[in-house]
Amino acid sequence: MSTTADLHIHNPVEDVLRKERIPTIWCPGCGIGTTVNSFAAALLGQDIDLKKTAIVSGIGCSGRVSGYMALDSFHTTHGRAIPFATGLKLANPELNVIVYSGDGDLTSIGGNHLIHAARRNMDIMVVCVNNMIYAMTGGQAAATTPGNSITTTSPFGSFEPEICLPQLVDAAGAVFVARWTAYHVKQLERTMAKALKKKGFRFIEVLTPCPTLYQRRNNMGDGLAAMVDYKNRSKIRNGAPTYEVALEPGGEIVVGEFVDREREDYLTRMRRQLGTNYSELPPQPEEEEQEGCCSSC
Amino acid sequence: MMHADPNCVLTGTHFMNGDAACCEGAIAAGARFAAGYPITPSTEVVERFAARVPKIGGIFIQMEDELAASITLQGMVWAGAKSFTVTSGPGYSLMMEHIGFAAMTETPCVFVNVQRGGPSTGLPTLPAQGDMMQARFGSHGDYSTISLVPNSPQECFSLTVKAFNLAEKFRVPVMFMMDECVGHMTEKVVIPDAKEIEVTPRRHASKPPSEFLLFEPGEELVPEMAHAGEGYKVYVTGLTHDKRGYPLMNPASQKELIPRLFEKISRAADELTIVESEGLEDADVVVVSYGITSRVAQRAIEMARAKGLKVGKLRLICVWPFPEKLIRELAPKVKALVMPELNMGQVVIELERCAGGQCKVISVPHPGGTVHKPADILAAIERGAQ
Repeated sequence: MSTTADLHIHNPVEDVLRKERIPTIWCPGCGIGTTVNSFAAALLGQDIDLKKTAIVSGIGCSGRVSGYMALDSFHTTHGRAIPFATGLKLANPELNVIVYSGDGDLTSIGGNHLIHAARRNMDIMVVCVNNMIYAMTGGQAAATTPGNSITTTSPFGSFEPEICLPQLVDAAGAVFVARWTAYHVKQLERTMAKALKKKGFRFIEVLTPCPTLYQRRNNMGDGLAAMVDYKNRSKIRNGAPTYEVALEPGGEIVVGEFVDREREDYLTRMRRQLGTNYSELPPQPEEEEQEGCCSSC
Repeated sequence: MMHADPNCVLTGTHFMNGDAACCEGAIAAGARFAAGYPITPSTEVVERFAARVPKIGGIFIQMEDELAASITLQGMVWAGAKSFTVTSGPGYSLMMEHIGFAAMTETPCVFVNVQRGGPSTGLPTLPAQGDMMQARFGSHGDYSTISLVPNSPQECFSLTVKAFNLAEKFRVPVMFMMDECVGHMTEKVVIPDAKEIEVTPRRHASKPPSEFLLFEPGEELVPEMAHAGEGYKVYVTGLTHDKRGYPLMNPASQKELIPRLFEKISRAADELTIVESEGLEDADVVVVSYGITSRVAQRAIEMARAKGLKVGKLRLICVWPFPEKLIRELAPKVKALVMPELNMGQVVIELERCAGGQCKVISVPHPGGTVHKPADILAAIERGAQ
């Protein structure tokens, strides 16, 4: 007779998760885990060496993603995931480096790094989980919070318009820019898979619900209500000019792959320009060139 | 023990400034990567590095600000490199968060601070030693680290090598506290043969991934390190963590981690008592100084001796950890300890604490912008000898 304990249901993405770290800290109805599911599926569906894949996060609810992935995981400081990832990539170009963090982290406190990594065309992939609020700290207004929203620091409604992330990173020079919502799990997985294989600075924005700290205060219902809202308001426009994809409260949510272009990434350009002035490996000292002796001993 | 790579070391006798010598020290120590942001009077270090390293497989990247530079270098370290950054006062303030991150994640690296007058923008092209307490306590929370202070271009070379070696040995961010004078002073610098330059290798994981715990205290309470891309699935966080590196936020976890970060340094107090001393045996007054100020103090000591006073010299090369035991032993044997500093009195607070009332402690403060007048230090020596 079998008991439930005998039943082992293998989650198709669990191989790339740190199972011992689950359950996550995320609230019921939160969309971060949904994006992770798509990401994990994208990773596993690719011919990617997971041993050579590092994930870097900043601080916040989405900043915890790196710690749930069974990869080399770096949970850095607030806003600084991108420069840490830049260091990883420069010192070991073989690494696939993914930054996975939240909107407040990547675009407000870390906004400068986002711009400059895109400008350099640093070969990293950035997933920005946009729940439109500072959630970890209790629901304060962010640069991504829709104007007029009630938050703990804008009790009369926020007075600031929200930033349009695809337009920002497009202008800064990203070679791949896309946006989906937590409703578009399969599209998101396909876009992530595509981005994982591309070279250069890649940016994917994913709109996700925060029922606890954003929707509740703005009478927007629960996580399911957000899914219905995303379904009704989203319009897929691949290749849409990024100046046409700004989010408006209650307006259309333009989703899709907006930018997919080729531009020399930082390291390729560096090597090309340096030419013979660059040597991949330092000349080995003669004394170490003994038979049977490796350079690390 | 490894040695420097002869193909990368500029063995020979040079006439170079302290900033250039610091760069050569970093290269000799094995640094091939650095991230920086321009700031006077430190920039010459990375200007030289940017020209030197491409041919030896290295990369210098100029980041968008010091916040970025101070964490980019740590990404480089976790990818297996030796790396550092170079800055001065305002940039050093911006780097504080990541000095704490390096302390918490035990990331071996070097922060070079070519000190200038402050606070704020202060005196960008003129010397000071006003960041000495910041070097010890600047980041939030409680941590321990190492600060070395050179007083010549020659030491800018040799102590930079030592800074990298100590960073690897203790897995801490080491503060290399130069000043504008030492950085811009040009003197003879002898760079020895590579075989004579000892280089401390990384404490790399000796166990396979299945048995390895990233933050398990090893020899000398220092954990071994595995890098990204080696199959260890490292988990590195600035949160209080357990031996696996997993966040574990409770008083017990904090108590297990934080005191160890102190103890790995404090138990090596003797090794880290790095001083230059002279004439301490029969001294009535000892001048305790560090960095450029020690060279002015030398003149004052000679003037005092010419007047028949018994004056000793104690130059702190490693200021943090402070040579507590040495001062506790010295204080009862002298009438006074005199400490000139290019600040309003920072390290003298620690000197006074360690002297414990056993002798007079006379501070000779200076707001910076230039060095002391020997006569001012002499006056303090004479006061101490009374």
